[in-house]
Order: sequence, then structure tokens, then C-alpha cells
Amino acid sequence: MATMMDHERDGAQAPDEAMVRATGVRKSFGGTEVLKGIDLHVRPGEVSCLLGPSGSGKSTFLRCINHLETIDGGRLHVDGHLVGYRQRGDKLHELKASEVAARRREIGMVFQRFNLFPHLTALQNITHAPCLVRRVRKEQARAEAEVLLERVGLGGRGGAYPAQLSGGQQQRVAIARALAMKPRLMLFDEPTSALDPELVGEVLDVMKDLARDGMTMVVVTHEMGFAREVADSVWFMDDGIVVEHGEPAQVLGSPVHERTKAFLSKVL
Amino acid sequence: MTTTDSTQGDRALATRHDDIEVVPLRHWGRWAAAAVVALLAASLMASLARNPNLEWGTVGDYLFRDFVLRGVGVTIMLTVVAMLIGTVGGVVVAVMRLSANPVLRAVASLYVWFFRGTPLLVQIIFWGFLAALYQRIQLGIPFTDLHVIDVSTNAVVGPVVAAILALGLNEIAYAAEVVRGGILAVDRGQDDASLALGLTKSQAMRTITLPQAMRVIVPPMGNETITMLKSTALVAVIGGKDLLTAVQTVYSQNFKVMPLLVVAALWYLALVSVLSVGQYFLERRFGRGHGPGGSQPGLAQRWLAGRKGA
Ligand SMILES: Nc1ncnc2c1ncn2[C@@H]1O[C@H](COP(=O)(O)OP(=O)(O)OP(=O)(O)O)[C@@H](O)[C@H]1O
Ligand SMILES: [Mg+2]
Repeated sequence: MATMMDHERDGAQAPDEAMVRATGVRKSFGGTEVLKGIDLHVRPGEVSCLLGPSGSGKSTFLRCINHLETIDGGRLHVDGHLVGYRQRGDKLHELKASEVAARRREIGMVFQRFNLFPHLTALQNITHAPCLVRRVRKEQARAEAEVLLERVGLGGRGGAYPAQLSGGQQQRVAIARALAMKPRLMLFDEPTSALDPELVGEVLDVMKDLARDGMTMVVVTHEMGFAREVADSVWFMDDGIVVEHGEPAQVLGSPVHERTKAFLSKVL
Repeated sequence: MTTTDSTQGDRALATRHDDIEVVPLRHWGRWAAAAVVALLAASLMASLARNPNLEWGTVGDYLFRDFVLRGVGVTIMLTVVAMLIGTVGGVVVAVMRLSANPVLRAVASLYVWFFRGTPLLVQIIFWGFLAALYQRIQLGIPFTDLHVIDVSTNAVVGPVVAAILALGLNEIAYAAEVVRGGILAVDRGQDDASLALGLTKSQAMRTITLPQAMRVIVPPMGNETITMLKSTALVAVIGGKDLLTAVQTVYSQNFKVMPLLVVAALWYLALVSVLSVGQYFLERRFGRGHGPGGSQPGLAQRWLAGRKGA
């Protein structure tokens, strides 16, 4: 289980203005360490892209941010809170399930395989959590969902079931669904990797639009064009650590580290 | 391919267009088998029809008699109530078995292990003779003499209640396995998406996982219902007032054993046939994939998903 000695020592003092700040984050599955000390920070309004080869721990790190995975060591602050814990005096108390759920509401997540609810219409997918969790009135939630659908270019398609939509449309509904909770941070885990090439653009356009509106975003992606154009910072991960980070032009244009060079030569 | 072959092929094709009779392959073996079966069936029917011990007239006399209809009513009631208990309890036990809480998991596993590991007939007799174990049912503060409830066991757990308890508690164990299978069949990504939106685990289970599990759960539960209908006959050993008990009571007095068993069998057949038709439609309804333009969620799914949303 999580032994977080260093937390107990210097506590969870309110971090600087960062939306996400990871310091030495570690995570193991069974005996294998998947995250070996991740250091990373994302400022509010910033778009950060996570790059790296398959198995380097990008998804795992993203899932740690909204506590879908618990961490085994290090510190992870999100929006001023220590993920999974509350500080009282000089002690850290593990959060109750309901408190974890409450914090997740502030963080939206978009998955590689969309994970829309197949038994609900697009509109119901979007209104489900606001009505159930935030107790928004049904009519209001519907109205807001219509606006969101319009925003992702799917106005009028609210009655369709996920199976009746293309992959690109499904992913845009999934983005609208996450936005309906009015999150302060959005996580994207390879949102275009499961899409046919001709459908990638429509999803990236929605994400660019979101970035322009000032949403804080952490995006795991292999879309170098998107990273170069939209990202404020790029973090290159390999084998459970951040190998190199910086502005996109620098990391993608003139990488310093051998592993970054090797990876980029393969994907570019 | 040689030229001869192709010309022959052409000629064979040509004959199709001429008005020449085409003789399909005859399945002589099938015809022979069918004839034998028909002969055997006919002679069996004839022997049954002419067997004076069956007394078809008596069968007709008893088929719609009051005590038979009352027995049919109890059998239907037992089936419905036991399936209700089994389904609701089965969902609870299934969720417990999949819970992160090791105590709940252990209790649920123990329950399923015990009720599936002992014969239903033994369980029925056990409940029927509960009074031999506890003369009185008392509810109070443990290890004191204070009782809120204190009644004679036989007064509360009569044959019908014992039958309901036995069938219902047993069904919970089987339904739990069906429901568990259904829940496990739902993509794990659905859970991730629900939790990421801030739903609690129980909200995710109730509004996202279970409604989707219905597709997998409903068809086998139809089977369970048909099995349950026939299993109700077992409660005759404790005088459960069901259809079989009813005919047994009468034939033990007038010795018209065979005609009355035929009456019961005809009713069971009729009831099972009705359920099988229902089962067929349920499978068509729930067995469908989520193909494009495909299934809209059913009533139960919409009900489970709750009144929220649009
Ligand atoms: N739930 C789990 N149980 C055990 N091992 C896991 C689990 N999740 C991930 N892993 C392992 O952790 C390692 C990192 O996985 P992760 O999915 O984070 O990589 P990734 O960088 O997202 O890769 P990809 O580009 O293929 O998505 C992999 O070796 C994976 O097998
Ligand atoms: Mg991944």
C-alpha cells in the first residue's frame, strides 16, 4: 500500500499556482515499477502534451492525476489539493470514496476508446453526470448539453445512440460529456488514436478550440502537429520517467536526449 | 482443365435451361429413420390411449377442477415470488462478490458455495422442518432475555412460507452467478468513464453497469424461471400446496394416481410452453448487439438508468 513518508514529513503545503504538480511520483503494478519518479508541472490555462513510446507510463500517469490509480510514492498536487489525501495538522488523511468522487468532478477525462455509455443517447451521455452528481435540473442540463453539442459540431444529433455515430462523432460527444461537468482541468489519453485518419482532424479542431478558450489540458498524443501548434510545453516520457521537457519547438525540433531523438525519428 | 471437361460442363449448364427434370439427391436414410420414429410414436400413443389405467375421461374431469386450479395458482405464485427474491437478492450478492470489501466478498462467496453445494430438495425439507431446529423465532438483544419478537416457528413458517424461503434463497445463489457474469461482461472502460465523471461506485453500478449487464442477464434468467417453475414441484415433499401437492392429496385418497399425474403434467407443460414463448421474445429483444440503427434500450434498462437525463 501507499507509504507516503515524505508527505507526512513536510506535509501538503499549498503549492504554487500550478494546476498539476508532480514530484517524484511512483507507481507499481504488482512487482513492476511503471512510474519511477515523475516530475512535471502544468500551469493553469496551459496545454501540456505527453509523448513517449508505448508502455512508458503515460496513461498510468494521467490516471493518477484523477485518482483512477493510486500512487505509491512522491507527491501529486492537482488544483491545490494533494491527490487522494487531506491534510489536517501535520497528518495526511486518506480521502473517503465520496470525497475522491467530488474531486474527480473538477477533472474531465477523454479516453482513447471514447467509452461513451452505449445505452444512453448522446444527449443523455452528456446530461447523465450533471443531473446525477451535480443535481442540475433536467431541463437546464438538456439546454446546456445542446449548447455543448453545438460547440463540438454535433448540433441536433443529441438523439443518436453512440453506435449510430462515427468514431470522430463519438469522441466529440465524449469531450462534450466531460465539459458538461465544467471541469477545471481536462485530461486526454490518445483521443485520436482509435480514429480513422480522415476523422482525426475534426476531434483535434475541437481540442484546439478548447485550448484557445483557456482550458488547462494534459494531452497524451502521437499527433506531433497538434503538439507543435497548440502545446505550451511538451514532456517526453520513457520507461517511467520524464526524460526531457520544454517548449514544443525545442523538444520536437532539437531534442537533447538520445531517447527523445530515437522516438521522434520513428514517429515523424 | 481439359477441353472435354469444359464442354461437358457447358452441356450440363445448358440442360438447366432446357425443360429437363433435375433430380435432387434423395436422403433415403432420413426417410427410413422418420418412418421408424413415426411407427414407434404411433404405437406408444395407441398404447397410452387404450391403456385403461390412464382413464382419459378422468383426466378431462379433473383438468379444471378447483383444487387443481388452486394448485396451479400456488405454483405460479411460488415461481413469481421465488424469482423476485432470487433476482433482487442475486443482484445484491453479485455486487457483494465483486466488491472491494473482503468481508462482503467472503460472505457472498460462502452464500453461493453453500446454497449451490447442497441439493434443493434437502434445503426444502430443512425449511419445512425448521421447527425441529428452532421451536420459537425470537428477535432481541443477543445473549439477553429481551425479545422484540417471539413467535412459534410453525405459526410463521407454514409450508408455503417454507417453500418460498427454500426456493427464493436457493435461487439467489444461481441468480447471483448470472448477474455476476453480466456485470463482468460490461467493458471496464465504462467504469473508468463513470468514475472520471465523478460518479460514486454505487452510482456507476446502478446507472451504467447494471443497465448494460441486462443484455447478458435477461436471457439466462428466462431459463432460470422455467427451471424454477418445474422445481416448485419439489415442495410437495413438505406439502407446499402447489400443483403437485394438490393432485397428490387427491390421488392418495382415490388412487387415481396416473390420471392425476397426467393432469399435473399437462399443466406444467402448458405453463412452460407459455414461458418458453416469452423467453424467445426476451432473447430476441436482449440478444441483439449494439449495431448501428440497432437496439434502443429496453424498458428495464431505461428504468434502471433512472429518471434523470433526457
Ligand atoms: N492495471 C494494470 N495492471 C498491471 N500492469 C499495468 C496496468 N496498467 C498498465 N500496466 C503496465 O504499465 C506499463 C505502462 O502502461 P501505460 O498504459 O501507462 O503506458 P502508455 O505509455 O500509456 O502506453 P501506450 O502508448 O501503449 O498507451 C505497461 O507495461 C503496462 O503493461
Ligand atoms: Mg496509454
